[in-house]
Amino acid sequence: MGHPEKAKEFTRDLDRTHWHDKALWFVREKRDRAIKAVPEWEQLREQAQKIKSHTMANLDLLLEQFETNAKAKGIQIHWAKDAEAHNRIVLQILQDREMTRLVKSKSMLTEECELNPFLEKNGIEVIDTDLGERIVQLRQEHPSHIVLPAIHLKKEDVSTTFQEHLQTEAGNNDPTYLTRAARTHLREKFLAAEAGLTGVNFGIAETGGVVVCTNEGNADLGSSLPTLHIASMGIEKMIPRLKDLAVFTRLLARSATGQPITSYTSHYHGPVEGGEMHIILVDNGRSEMLGDPLFRKALNCIRCGACINTCPVYRRSGGHSYGYIIPGPIGSTLGPGKDLAAHRTMPYACTLCGSCTNVCPAKVDLHQQLYYRRQQVVDAGLLDPPKERLLNLAGWLFKHPALLDFTGRLTRKVVPCLPRALLYNRFNPWGEERELPEMPKKSFKELYKEKKGGQS
Amino acid sequence: MRIGLFIPCYMNELYPGASMATLEVLERQGLEVDYPLEQTCCGQPMANSGCTKNLKDLAQRFLRIFKDYDYIVGPSGSCVAMVRTHYAQFLDGEPGFDRLKERTFELCEFLHDVIQVETFDISFPHKVGLHNSCHGHRDLGLGTPSELHVPCTNKLENLLLKVDGLELVTVKRPDECCGFGGTFAVAEKEVSVVMGNDRIEDHLSAGAEVMTGADISCLMHIDGLARRQGKPLKVMHMAQILNGEVPHGTS
Ligand code: SF4
Repeated sequence: MGHPEKAKEFTRDLDRTHWHDKALWFVREKRDRAIKAVPEWEQLREQAQKIKSHTMANLDLLLEQFETNAKAKGIQIHWAKDAEAHNRIVLQILQDREMTRLVKSKSMLTEECELNPFLEKNGIEVIDTDLGERIVQLRQEHPSHIVLPAIHLKKEDVSTTFQEHLQTEAGNNDPTYLTRAARTHLREKFLAAEAGLTGVNFGIAETGGVVVCTNEGNADLGSSLPTLHIASMGIEKMIPRLKDLAVFTRLLARSATGQPITSYTSHYHGPVEGGEMHIILVDNGRSEMLGDPLFRKALNCIRCGACINTCPVYRRSGGHSYGYIIPGPIGSTLGPGKDLAAHRTMPYACTLCGSCTNVCPAKVDLHQQLYYRRQQVVDAGLLDPPKERLLNLAGWLFKHPALLDFTGRLTRKVVPCLPRALLYNRFNPWGEERELPEMPKKSFKELYKEKKGGQS
Repeated sequence: MRIGLFIPCYMNELYPGASMATLEVLERQGLEVDYPLEQTCCGQPMANSGCTKNLKDLAQRFLRIFKDYDYIVGPSGSCVAMVRTHYAQFLDGEPGFDRLKERTFELCEFLHDVIQVETFDISFPHKVGLHNSCHGHRDLGLGTPSELHVPCTNKLENLLLKVDGLELVTVKRPDECCGFGGTFAVAEKEVSVVMGNDRIEDHLSAGAEVMTGADISCLMHIDGLARRQGKPLKVMHMAQILNGEVPHGTS
């Protein structure tokens, strides 16, 4: 099933669709208020774009610098060319130390690599400790948003899930009660964990350290209670200098949730006392994207989720309708970049309204990328054949004005004579819920000729 | 000054009224306007679907037909955006293309920036909701997008404020997409319909009697939904209001 079919499912429950739209629009409005309190907002975006583009142009050198500096701090560095390599490295680190209990904080990269099922298959207990991620993990679902993983769920849904898995009271939907229950449950998991895995928001070449931003402090617990900390990091997370970080921390939380800064912005510059710290640098298709001038700017993404919150299609179709681990505008360019055939409907789940490009703190040219992704889909022969034939026929017709005029005249003559049942049926998706325009007797061209004829 | 009138293909066939209003608004400003009869389509529907097969031909056709005019003016933000932002892929480096790009304007933008119209000498004593169609709004900059933190202006609003008696209502989401999106309206019909209905509700609750905008494709979608449900919202192209017409349908 592609996006249209799943979106159709989603919109079947109109109340829920509107609720979802409003929940995310609320975040978008909060973001608007937050950024309007920063006079230099647009300069910050521009600076972020420049830093990231510079970083991408010098990625090889910066990564080497990062590796050298990290090693000097006692951090062990691993390189993974793809998801499989990444997963094997994590497993190996755990198995070498005979560890079986891992707590994880939010990491879209490990979602991308499908780390959890891989580890579980190999006898490792993996607990997601971000509240939203834990909820979807208990439900055996995927996150529906990169920052708000359980945004598709109402508190009633969470209550039922917790009742089933954490034995909370039936029908108690109080968010505070539910959060407390989750906290108690997670605390046990934290204390029992042997290893903690975190994602990385920024890797600083100059210092060899990494920065993780969360609102729940779960990354901090997970990386400091156990003696082993593994940080999984996509190679595009690099920034050159510590002072560049300020630009991004100012942009990230405001764009994501409208907060001035994330509750926790934690810097990791070495293992905890007596412990170990490992960083896995993951490529998984990123270098390939770097080589593509049309799409390379997607690597500037800092995963704030703002483009997702503002997307009018996402808000009304939900994250799961995209069928890729990252939904919304950024997912719709990354997904097809990974597997064009599997994600061919993603670039079309978009009206090209351009709101995403405008909110993006790193100035990723999102709607342009989706426009070009469509050309890739067509060039690869992946558009529905009837649709492509129709569009090519139209394109051909537009090169033949006389024939076009004739077709137009015919349509305007014939349509008004047709009985409604012939016009409005399942072969006319336009007309299922909309009236067709009323057919005028004459085209503008005909009227124009009459007018000019009358004048001369 | 010779103006080449660029009427999108579907407007020519389905919206001769709004097309004629465009011509008349320009003529009432004392401008010399010519409608080249051999024009067809800018190629936007194909381009937005990723079908580039016929696009170079269509873009070259457009260039050939319009290149000698002082200005090319069209009543559709998205079609003008096609020329200004997407033709480069097919025409970069062709003689006359840079000039064409600089001289192709959306109608309201042209009236606002180039002609700098002072008054239209008309009245429209109605409550009007402005729909900022995305391509004109964000790609052409007809208004300041709500996402950006820059000084705020809106060319369409500025023009409407020159119309006597017209009351502009304040909607909650002034630049939210209506869900037309070309083939999106059909391929993603369900989401498209929800989006369109949401716009209608926003305008109705703001008290709008008439919804207007600079792109009739969006208005066609809104109008189709409103008429099917019998909603009390009339839809008119900006050109029709600026031409002094009374509230009626889009055609
Ligand atoms: S593309 Fe931009 S707006 Fe979207 S998640 Fe990435 S940084 Fe945020």
